[in-house]
Amino acid sequence: MDDPLLVVEDLTVQFPTEDGVVTAVSNLSYQVELGKTLGIVGESGSGKSVSSMAVLGLHDARSARITGSIRVRGTEVVGMSEAKLRKLRGNEIAMIFQDALAALHPFYRVGGQLAEAYRVHHPSASKRDARRKAIEMLDRVGIPKPDRRVDDFPHQFSGGMRQRAMIAMGLINDPSLLIADEPTTALDVTVQAQILDLLQDLQREFNSAVIIITHDLGVIAEMADDVLVMYAGRAVEYGPCKEIMVHPEMPYTWGLLSSVPDVTSDTSARMIPIPGNPPSLLSPPTGCAFHPRCVHRDKVPGDLCSTTLPELIPGGRGPQHLKRCHLSNSDAIYEAEVLPEIAPDLVEEP
Amino acid sequence: MASMSPEQGSGDMAAYQATDTPEPESDVPSFADVAEHGHAASELDPDAEPVLTVENLRMYFPVRSPGLIRRKIGDVQAVDGISFEVPKGGSLGLVGESGCGKSTTGRLITRLYKPTGGSMQFEGVDLAKLSNRELKPLRRNVQMIFQDPYTSLNPRQTVGAIVSAPLQVHNILPRNQIKRRVQELLEVVGLSPEHYNRYPNEFSGGQRQRIGIARALTLNPKLLVADEPVSALDVSIQAQVINLLQDIQQEFGVAFLFIAHDLAVVRHFCPEVAVMYLGKIVEIGDRDSIYSNAHHPYTQALLSAVPDVKQAVTGERRERIRLTGDVPSPIDPPSGCRFRTRCPIAQEICARHEPPLLQIGKRHKVACHFPGRLGEHPREPFTARLLGVDAEGQPDPGSSPATDLVEQPGYADTWFDLDAKTIGRA
Amino acid sequence: MFAYLVKRVLSGIVVLFLVSLSIFLLFWFGPSEPAQSICDRETSNRCTPERLEVFRETLGFNNPWYQEYGTFIDGVFTGREIKFSKNTKVYDCEAPCLGISYRTKQDVFDEMKTRMPATLSVALGGATLYLLLGIPIGVAAAKRRGTLADKALVSSFLAISSIPYYLFALLAWLFVTINLQVPVISDTGYFPITDNPGKWASGMLLAWIALGIFGCTQYTRYSRGSMVEVLSEDYIRTAKAKGLPNRTVIYKHGLRSALVPVVTIFGIDFGTLLAGTIFTERIFDIEGIGLWGLEAVYQKDLPVVSATALFGAAILITSNLIVDVIYSVLDPRVRLS
Ligand SMILES: Nc1ncnc2c1ncn2[C@@H]1O[C@H](COP(=O)(O)OP(=O)(O)OP(=O)(O)O)[C@@H](O)[C@H]1O
Ligand SMILES: Nc1ncnc2c1ncn2[C@@H]1O[C@H](COP(=O)(O)OP(=O)(O)OP(=O)(O)O)[C@@H](O)[C@H]1O
Ligand code: SF4
Ligand code: SF4
Ligand SMILES: [Mg+2]
Ligand SMILES: [Mg+2]
Repeated sequence: MDDPLLVVEDLTVQFPTEDGVVTAVSNLSYQVELGKTLGIVGESGSGKSVSSMAVLGLHDARSARITGSIRVRGTEVVGMSEAKLRKLRGNEIAMIFQDALAALHPFYRVGGQLAEAYRVHHPSASKRDARRKAIEMLDRVGIPKPDRRVDDFPHQFSGGMRQRAMIAMGLINDPSLLIADEPTTALDVTVQAQILDLLQDLQREFNSAVIIITHDLGVIAEMADDVLVMYAGRAVEYGPCKEIMVHPEMPYTWGLLSSVPDVTSDTSARMIPIPGNPPSLLSPPTGCAFHPRCVHRDKVPGDLCSTTLPELIPGGRGPQHLKRCHLSNSDAIYEAEVLPEIAPDLVEEP
Repeated sequence: MASMSPEQGSGDMAAYQATDTPEPESDVPSFADVAEHGHAASELDPDAEPVLTVENLRMYFPVRSPGLIRRKIGDVQAVDGISFEVPKGGSLGLVGESGCGKSTTGRLITRLYKPTGGSMQFEGVDLAKLSNRELKPLRRNVQMIFQDPYTSLNPRQTVGAIVSAPLQVHNILPRNQIKRRVQELLEVVGLSPEHYNRYPNEFSGGQRQRIGIARALTLNPKLLVADEPVSALDVSIQAQVINLLQDIQQEFGVAFLFIAHDLAVVRHFCPEVAVMYLGKIVEIGDRDSIYSNAHHPYTQALLSAVPDVKQAVTGERRERIRLTGDVPSPIDPPSGCRFRTRCPIAQEICARHEPPLLQIGKRHKVACHFPGRLGEHPREPFTARLLGVDAEGQPDPGSSPATDLVEQPGYADTWFDLDAKTIGRA
Repeated sequence: MFAYLVKRVLSGIVVLFLVSLSIFLLFWFGPSEPAQSICDRETSNRCTPERLEVFRETLGFNNPWYQEYGTFIDGVFTGREIKFSKNTKVYDCEAPCLGISYRTKQDVFDEMKTRMPATLSVALGGATLYLLLGIPIGVAAAKRRGTLADKALVSSFLAISSIPYYLFALLAWLFVTINLQVPVISDTGYFPITDNPGKWASGMLLAWIALGIFGCTQYTRYSRGSMVEVLSEDYIRTAKAKGLPNRTVIYKHGLRSALVPVVTIFGIDFGTLLAGTIFTERIFDIEGIGLWGLEAVYQKDLPVVSATALFGAAILITSNLIVDVIYSVLDPRVRLS
């Protein structure tokens, strides 16, 4: 039991297209233990969804080229047969998606869709057992009058209820890993708070591992034990959540932290955007993929940033905290230049 | 009406051109220069005249039975009696949960819908009452920026055609000057004049939103309704667009009605904020009143629900207020206070009477029977005496209802000072 | 559901009335003299203005149009007697009376009744065949999207469906009956199913195959396109993520959604299919309504022309109703709203 539940090593996912090969994920490595939550952040197109769909083997073998290794309890998933993958999906690993209205089938009753998820992994269960299980799960995720709502169609549910139903479906077989792909992005803050609470409670109860994908650092900060920051398909910073939130070492993470205001920030200051636009995955920038948008690259000697891809290695903050950046004194730069802008109140008076 | 004559309009236009044309020897700073240093969000100017005064605005959408004979069977009370002011050159934020009527309010002000009731005074004219034809000359003064930059631009039109369309519709500039003007506008929003002949699909989301902003600016409007202008954009791009909007506001003195569900973005952009719930304003006030001194349980719940990096890291996060249930349907809203089905402190009176929107600070109003800071809500309904009822909301023969509880769009000079339990004065 | 059906049937009847009225008005106020054709025929092309006037009088063309339309509608419900000229025979046209053919002097409704089975056999048989072929092939192609087989199929079907249908049917007929001279099925035509089902089927087979193959190329494309789109939906990804077997994902979750647009197209298309039967009947020598109507147009046989037009409208209305019912069975949101 020393092995973590999920180990991803050197995962690369490529899609050959007419315009060229899209490298959606490059050499990604991470791991998740039972009872822990990994948060994956990054902007749109950075490969968050593609990498986690690979964990379930959901990519079409004809359109995606996958290399590297994904091990669930030591078993290799890359290259696994469809039949074996099916046993894994929805059973050992479950996934819930962003837009619950689109992710639930509009023509089938919510209860039926839950029961189906149960029965496919419990072939001996009767229809009545499955239905009872569905009602129990709907109740568990806080849907009022579950015995009646079980026969509703998804469009009769509100947005929050649909996402609850998705979660119920994900957890119906008591999976050891739950991947939540932007589970709250489409929801209101108050409902988002309900869903996040629910996820946390359920994780404690089932002691499962959770991967939560989002572009909201606030959600990550509240939910995650570890954080993986992705940019252009690569991990650019990886480590314990608290550590990364307090001492981020990579300029892109700084940008993410400073480009969103929070409800206490100074309103007389301007917002600090990350300049430029997200990179193309067809022909990503050479060297550090972030260099065209990085305001700190002049602090790196020569043209290292635009020619050489930095390794994902520990910076100066212990072996747990990995960063992909050539800056050698990032801690000092952060304290001196970034922190005063995003949180002047946290800067200690000299 | 005089202020809206075409002569006046083109006069503005001339001034506008002078500032944003980069001419080497001119000592007027170019827009690009200004944007470099940038402007902060607008500050609250308590003496500013309102550019827009909305009073008791209502929008009911009829709900019809299915079938051939589509009887009316009810109303979606999307906006139900809201009043507020937008100061000249200022910005008012509108926040609230999905379906609470934010976009409907924006569409009413731009008169994409005709209101069911109420008034919208804009420079001495009531926009609510005008016919579409009477509106046409006024439309250029109030423009809208839409949420989705992917669907709000016609993919078959060039950027130039999109941005110049309002100029041609309103027939303001001679044809041969249009292109120059559009290219200037493109520079203002941070695009290049060479983009004139390109198509929207060649642009990223943030750039498309810039095109939408340029289109809204074409007619030099006095009021911009921005309906979720950044929520469809990538996090890293949102700040760029917010900064652009700030610069535009400062440079051109445009007033904003800024609609968003992201409380932090609204706080950053708007010195004044209104919180809506199910078609009503439940709390309105300046930034500090709403974000540091909220008195309505719903505002407090909203604020406590925002996930926040800093609070999570420092562990100083207040306990989150757990709201149960979902927003009720606006077709059949709860009696009394519309928030009562989810309110953690609701009492009997809340079901019987709708709480009036009372002014409780210099620039702060709240609609709750038990207004107070988090954890300091009064035991007894504050409003009972005003409504002439007892603490349970039953008619109280001993007291008579106050007569002046009608909602006003602006702020009065006197208010109920809840802390001092007196009448406050400016 | 029942109330809905009743409502739809009633509104269908209203539409039929409107169609009959517009056909009537078209003939009445149309550019050609309505009594001319019968006058020519009855007098062996020696129609004088006086004789024409006699026909106009007895056929009622001198009355106001609404009175005559009333007579026509009355006849539909109660039957009526029809005389072409003063001293000719009186034809007793029983309800539902759609008139007496100028040409054959047969009761139009009776003739329609005898010809209807042929047309319905062609149309329904062809449609069944092309749906049964087209949808599974389309689904299979969608599953293998992008493979060589898929590409070959799509382009060859595109080629076939770019040939005009009448040419395609004619070539099929020539090839099978003249070139190959395949026994049994080369003897095309309509033989009542009640007399000899085997003969019925063999007589129809070639027509069915022509219609079936041609329609199948189109429905393969429709259902392939629809299925490809559905397979990229989020709920299909969810179904896969649940660990459902591929079969369940494709047929239970995918096909039902993919059928919705196909059914819609079919409802619209059924009218075109009927138009197509005119060629089919002509080429394969089937005595159906299409052929009958076509001849009536040539011969200016007004009662028959209007009856076939009404028949077409009735079929369209019915097929639309059926499509809507199927639709609401497929999509519960339609049922409940
Ligand atoms: N089947 C595919 N064929 C080609 N490219 C693909 C395919 N699937 C994904 N991509 C590309 O891979 C990249 C990464 O996509 P992914 O969905 O992982 O982004 P994401 O980080 O989840 O973004 P978002 O926040 O928008 O969900 C995108 O640029 C996308 O266009
Ligand atoms: N044209 C319309 N006809 C009928 N009902 C409508 C119409 N437009 C809006 N509504 C209803 O009015 C209510 C308010 O809608 P509105 O779009 O203003 O909400 P919103 O606050 O902008 O929400 P969101 O944050 O989701 O954009 C909703 O219940 C909506 O369903
Ligand atoms: S490697 Fe260079 S360009 Fe990349 S983030 Fe570090 S400093 Fe910036
Ligand atoms: S009036 Fe009552 S229900 Fe409404 S917010 Fe105040 S306490 Fe809650
Ligand atoms: Mg994604
Ligand atoms: Mg809206």
